Order: sequence, then C-alpha cells, then structure tokens
Amino acid sequence: MSVEPTILGTDSAAPAPKGRGTGWLARDAGIIFGSFVILFMVVIAVTAPWLGTKDPAEINPTLRNRTPGYAQTIRQDDGSTRTFTYRMGTDSLGRDIYSRVVYGARISLIIGATIAVGLVIGLISGYIRWLDAIVMRLMDGLMAIPAILLAIALVSLFRAGLLSVIVAIVVPEVPRVVRLVRAIVLSVRAEPYVEAAICAGTSTPALLARHILPNTIPALIVQGTFICASAILIEAILSFLGIGIPPETPTWGNIMAEGRGLFRLYPHNIFFPGICLALTVLAVNVLGDGLRDRLDPKLARRV
Amino acid sequence: MTSVLEVQGLTVRLPKGADRANAVENVSFAVAPGEILCVVGESGSGKSVTAHAIMGLLPPNQLTVAGGRVLLEGDNLLAKTPGEMRRIRGDRISMIFQEPMTALNPVMKVGDQITEVLDIHSSLSDAERRARVLDVMRAVRLPEPERMIEAYPHQLSGGQRQRIMIAAALVLDPVLLIADEPTTALDVTTQAQILRLIKELRERRNTGVLFITHDFGVVAEIAHRVVVMQHGRVVEHGATEDVLRRPRDDYTRMLIRSVPSLSPPPRAPITETPVVLQTEHLTKTYVSGGFFQKRRVVEAARNVNLSVRRGETLGVVGESGSGKTTVARCIARLIEPSEGAILIEGANVAKLSARALRPHRKRVQIVFQDPYRSLNPRRTVGDAIVEGPVNFGMSRPDAVARARNLMRLVGLDAEALARYPHQFSGGQRQRICIARALAMDPEILVADEPVSALDVSVQAQVLQLLDDVRQRFNLAVLFITHDLRVAAQVCDRIAVMHKGEVVEEGITAAVFAAPQHDYTRTLFDSAPGRNFEFGKFET
Repeated sequence: MSVEPTILGTDSAAPAPKGRGTGWLARDAGIIFGSFVILFMVVIAVTAPWLGTKDPAEINPTLRNRTPGYAQTIRQDDGSTRTFTYRMGTDSLGRDIYSRVVYGARISLIIGATIAVGLVIGLISGYIRWLDAIVMRLMDGLMAIPAILLAIALVSLFRAGLLSVIVAIVVPEVPRVVRLVRAIVLSVRAEPYVEAAICAGTSTPALLARHILPNTIPALIVQGTFICASAILIEAILSFLGIGIPPETPTWGNIMAEGRGLFRLYPHNIFFPGICLALTVLAVNVLGDGLRDRLDPKLARRV
Repeated sequence: MTSVLEVQGLTVRLPKGADRANAVENVSFAVAPGEILCVVGESGSGKSVTAHAIMGLLPPNQLTVAGGRVLLEGDNLLAKTPGEMRRIRGDRISMIFQEPMTALNPVMKVGDQITEVLDIHSSLSDAERRARVLDVMRAVRLPEPERMIEAYPHQLSGGQRQRIMIAAALVLDPVLLIADEPTTALDVTTQAQILRLIKELRERRNTGVLFITHDFGVVAEIAHRVVVMQHGRVVEHGATEDVLRRPRDDYTRMLIRSVPSLSPPPRAPITETPVVLQTEHLTKTYVSGGFFQKRRVVEAARNVNLSVRRGETLGVVGESGSGKTTVARCIARLIEPSEGAILIEGANVAKLSARALRPHRKRVQIVFQDPYRSLNPRRTVGDAIVEGPVNFGMSRPDAVARARNLMRLVGLDAEALARYPHQFSGGQRQRICIARALAMDPEILVADEPVSALDVSVQAQVLQLLDDVRQRFNLAVLFITHDLRVAAQVCDRIAVMHKGEVVEEGITAAVFAAPQHDYTRTLFDSAPGRNFEFGKFET
C-alpha cells in the first residue's frame, strides 16, 4: 500500500471561484432585479399615504371612467385652485385607480407572504419527529376545508374584513407548503452531512438554518410562485362573490374584478393593477431562480 | 475457434468541453464462445461506455461512436438500424446490470418480466413460454420456480433478484452476455454464488461473457482473459494468469499492487493503553407499525460487547443487514440504543439527552461511506471543517488556521478551503471528511465503510492516511467494513457480525488463520480471489 499516484494538489480540482469580482452583476442579475422590484412594491405599500394618493375609497360620480392622465381642478374654500391628476384614470365609481393600486399592494403582498408560515411549520414538523404525526394530522384536517366555504364561515362569524380573508386564504394553502417542506426535510435529514454536523455538536436551530433550510429553497420557489398567484386569485374570487374584502378596500384582485365588466371600453381599469401583479409575480420568480442558482454552487459556477 | 464478439478500434467521442476528447479510444478485443473476458478499470476508465456501445445503448446526442467496428459473429453491429439492434438485443446479446433492485420493474411479477423477452422475440404459445421460463429459472438455481414466477421483485432477496436478471438475459440463449458489475451491489456470500452460477452457465451453454468489474478478486475468480483499461484506452490485454502474475504495464502493476492482501501483516497487539470505548450489551431494536398495522420488532443489534483501546483499530466486519452500521451509529449517538451501555472513558453516553450529550460529541467523530453525500454541497470545505470547533467555542480565525493545518495533514492544498465539495474527487472528499473529523480533536474515530465507494488505487491511499492519523493522534478507531481484504490490512482486532450479533472476535491474524464460527468460515470462503496473492509479480 505504498503507492501514491498523483491525485493530490491543485491540478485535479477546478480553480477556486473568483468571489465577488467583475462578473457578479451579471451573475446575480436575477436576484438584484427580483429583490429590487419586491422591495419597491413593499416601499409603495408602506408609504402609500405619502405618494400623492387620495382616499382610495372616495367615490366621485361626476368623474367616472376617466382615462389616465385626466387632471381635475379643485377650487378650495379660500378661492385658490389645486389640480389633482388621475395618473391611472378612474374606475366606474370615479375612484382614483392610482390610489387604489398603491393601497392594494398592501393586501396583495400580505397574502403572498403566506408561504413563510408554511415554511416554518414544515421545517419544524419534518425535523422534530414526535411533533410530526400531530402536525400532519392537523394539516390533513385543514386540507379538507375548501377555501371559499371557510371564508364564508369566517365572514359570517366575524365580519367581512381583511383579517378574515387573509385567514381564509392562508389556512388552505399552509398545508401544501408544510407537506412539501416536510418531505424535503425528511430526506435531507438522513444525509450523512447532516449527521456529521450533529456529531460536530451543531445546535438544532443552526442545523436547520445552515444545512436543511437551503435545500428546501428550490422546491419552495416553484411552490411559492404558484401560491402567490393562487392566493391573489382566491382573494379576487372571494371579492367577486361578495364575501371577501369589502369592495371599498382595494386589492389588485378586486380592482381587476371590478374593472373586468368595462374592459373593452376602459382597459386601464385592469391594465395597471394587472401590470403590478404580473411584475410582482415575475419578480418572485426571478428572485427565486436567482436564489436557487446562488445557493447551488454547481450552478453558480456555470453562470 | 471464431470469436463471438470482436471489437476493433472502437472510439466513442465525448461531447465538447469534457475532460478528454474520447470516452473510449481505439479499443480492440475479442470474446470466444464459452469464454469469460473481464474488462477491468477504475471509475471513468470507459469500461461501461464500451459495454453500452456494443449494446447500442449510448445516450443519443451525448456520446457518439466515432470509429471502429463491433462484430457479433461477423455482423457489424454499428451499421445496424435501431430496429435491427432491437431484435438483436435480448436475442443474441443480453446484458445484466449492477443494481438488481432498479433493473427490475417493481410492479411486475418476475415471471412476467422474463416472459416479456420471449413475447418480443419469439412466437411461442403461452404454455411453451411458461415452460421456457420455468426452465431458465431452474437453470439459474432459483428455488421453487413455480411459486417464484408469481413473486414481485420486493419479495426476493438481492441475490435472487440478480438471478432473475440473469434468467431474463439467458432465456433466449444469447451468444454473448454482457455483465456490467453484476455483483458489486451484492454481499460477498451472494456474490460467490452468482459468480459460480455465471461460470457454470457459460460452460453449459457455451455463452461468451463480457464481464465488467473493478474488483481484481472477481477477475482472479472467473476470468479467462483480462482487458485492463485506463482513461478510455486498453493498457494491457492477455490471459488472466499472465496479466495478474506478470503485468507489463505500470498502471496494471500499480492497480494490482493496490489490492489489499487477505493475509494480515504482523502487528504488535495493543494491550497496554487504556480502553477508550466500550459497549456493554448494546442492543438496538426497531419497532414499526402503528394504529392499523401489525407490530413488527426488528433487532438490528443484539447484545454487542466491544472494546477499543487507545491507538487500536477494531474492525467490525459483516454483510449488509448484519447490524454493523447500527452499532456505529449508536456509538456516535446518532441514534439512541434501546438497551446496554456505551462507555467512553468510563462515562456512559448511551442514554444521555441531547443537551447532556453535547460535551461528549467532540470525543467521537465519524467518517461516512459516501464521500459525495457526506459534505453539504452548498457550503465550502472550509465551512465544513470549521463548523465543529466553532460550535465548541473556538474563534473563527483560530479554527481556520487549524483547518489549514489539517488540510495539509490529509494531503490537500490549504488554499482549497474556499472551494465547494463538487470541485473535488471522491478520494479528496474522503480526505476532507477525515480532516473535518480531526478538527474536533476526537479520541474515537468511527469509520463507516470509509473506502467502499473509492477506486482501489485511491482506497489504498485513504487507508494509509487513516492509519497515519491513528498513530499520530493516538486514536481509537472503530472500522466498519464488509471488505475482508481491507479489514485484514488495517485492523488490530476484528469482530464479525451476523444478524445483529457478534459471532466472533479476536486478533485479526488469528481470526484469519483459524476462523472459529461457521459463518466466519463461510464469509472467508466467499471472498473472491482468496487463493490468489496479488502484487507478488514474477519477472
């Protein structure tokens, strides 16, 4: 056993990655674009009142279905005049679509964040064995509840409002995420590198964050984009049925639902919330893909 | 005697951007009727590509045959259309694969899977077909063929499944059988039976056999002639005796010299040093079943008593399912034993809670079998090595400095710490795993089949490294292996496990010279090439 053929040294392994050199902008373009758009939407949602909006619920029957860019001159009590421009026009009740879209970002984003709840429950359920059976039976029960029936029940118990609708959308979606995450966690936790980390005395939270969580990202991204889209859709359906968020509270979904009737005449009703929705879903996708590649060193090297 | 198969100047091109231009380059050999030709080589030598090229099973658009001829009884197979090849496959050439579990369809009865070959290639009546299938099942020595014809693959053992594969391959009496590592996934005792079966069948049916393997033991056991391949080229070609005893090529010599010998080298017994690790009546039972299923109790390990002294290597030898890995995982406390004690320098860790166990964690470290899965692909090698010491309070710069030293110690470049695992070869990864274990400054190193996934030349180096670190750090090593050759070379003492129990234990040389237990004797008798002393070349 004294033979030592040449397998050592630097020659047989590929050169080390260059780190954040010149190519990082191109390599991480997806992540940069995705996070920028999502951050932008979050900023809009948070700072909605200061973005030149008016009350999104304010009805103005004299200014219905105005096209984008319509400027209204308002004479105030002291005799001076002020112009308010309807940047995205008005809807069939004369409400400012721009304000509604900006405020609508709040609710749509909250609903899209459902996935985080499922991720946490799934991680815990997959890793802590004794909790698994309990959590999974609970999830089986939840999966049996149709979203729309649950929403009707919640609305009749409490009242139609944002919280009821969010609960009604989140509850049926959570089990799907939980099941997905749990399945991945179950397979990853049996990997020798996880066992090696246990032997190295890594604490459970660190183990989950370092070794298990990154493995769930690729599958979660795919599921996440589905959920984002379907949550926004369910919300629109509920609004349409009249059991969702009250129509005076704007969401991208119900702005589009309301504008749908007049789509041929006044496409701007659907156009602007639709753009926002598409852009957000695209950003989630692109960010997801970027993260997946970034977290997988094999793919990151190729780009 | 004319050849059944003649391969002339076969060249298979790799896609652009691969590490070499051709997967297989200018390979020529011939197989005579009733002859077993072994193609030997390490991973990446092109031996499987050769077999697939002969079968016309190369992945389209990735590997293309760039030249040469493959003559089956004078017919050039490379000139055949896919339809003609389909008729030839199964009828005149057939192939058996490495993994009998995945090569059989799990939702189809095994009898039907053999019959399928007849359906495609013959027009026999149902009764005739059944008779043929029963015949061939008897020929491969399957017990009770009438009953087994109705069985599903999961109801059979690994050896029985491989027999079914062979039966399906032989049912049409092909002139050539290609066996691609058919015994690698099997236990030694099963392997011995399958090898005997293949030998017997080619005698009776005069089938030519192209046998692909990486194991020189198997070569010594069954081959008439040998082809040695390296990097897609044939480096040596000749009768088995000539190649094994009088190899001309340096690479062949190196390969054969790397095969560990079955006779243990003399080792001074270690009796002075203190016992670091001891198990007392260690038992692990698994209980399965739930509300609706029948309760099943499996005793994975029963009443295991082992002890390892400082600086000593204890080998735990056994076949799959013997409980050797269970014992290793109990000792590393990856699982909790059901009964018994695990004493690490006198402290019993068998029943400690996760929190109480933490201080003991660093004292026992484990090196796993599969180097491709034992490093997190998303974290750099440096992160992997540093993780443990940092968990136990070492500052990161100190831990990195230590990791650099360890990398040099295991024979790797310290600059490689910033790289990811996929940039290393299997042997290099196993070195990294050893460095990761050593970073914790352990007293006990559990090595769970650390070289089973490695090529024979790399295997020798990793074993050498393990032996070096044992001496250098005065470690107690628990060495789990199924490979008797490896056990003979590295272990001071060995314990033989069978069905969860230790059936025999003793000084390695003594156990090898005079095995006491029946099972140990069977195990030793099954070792392929046991009568052949490798590496003693004649000039």
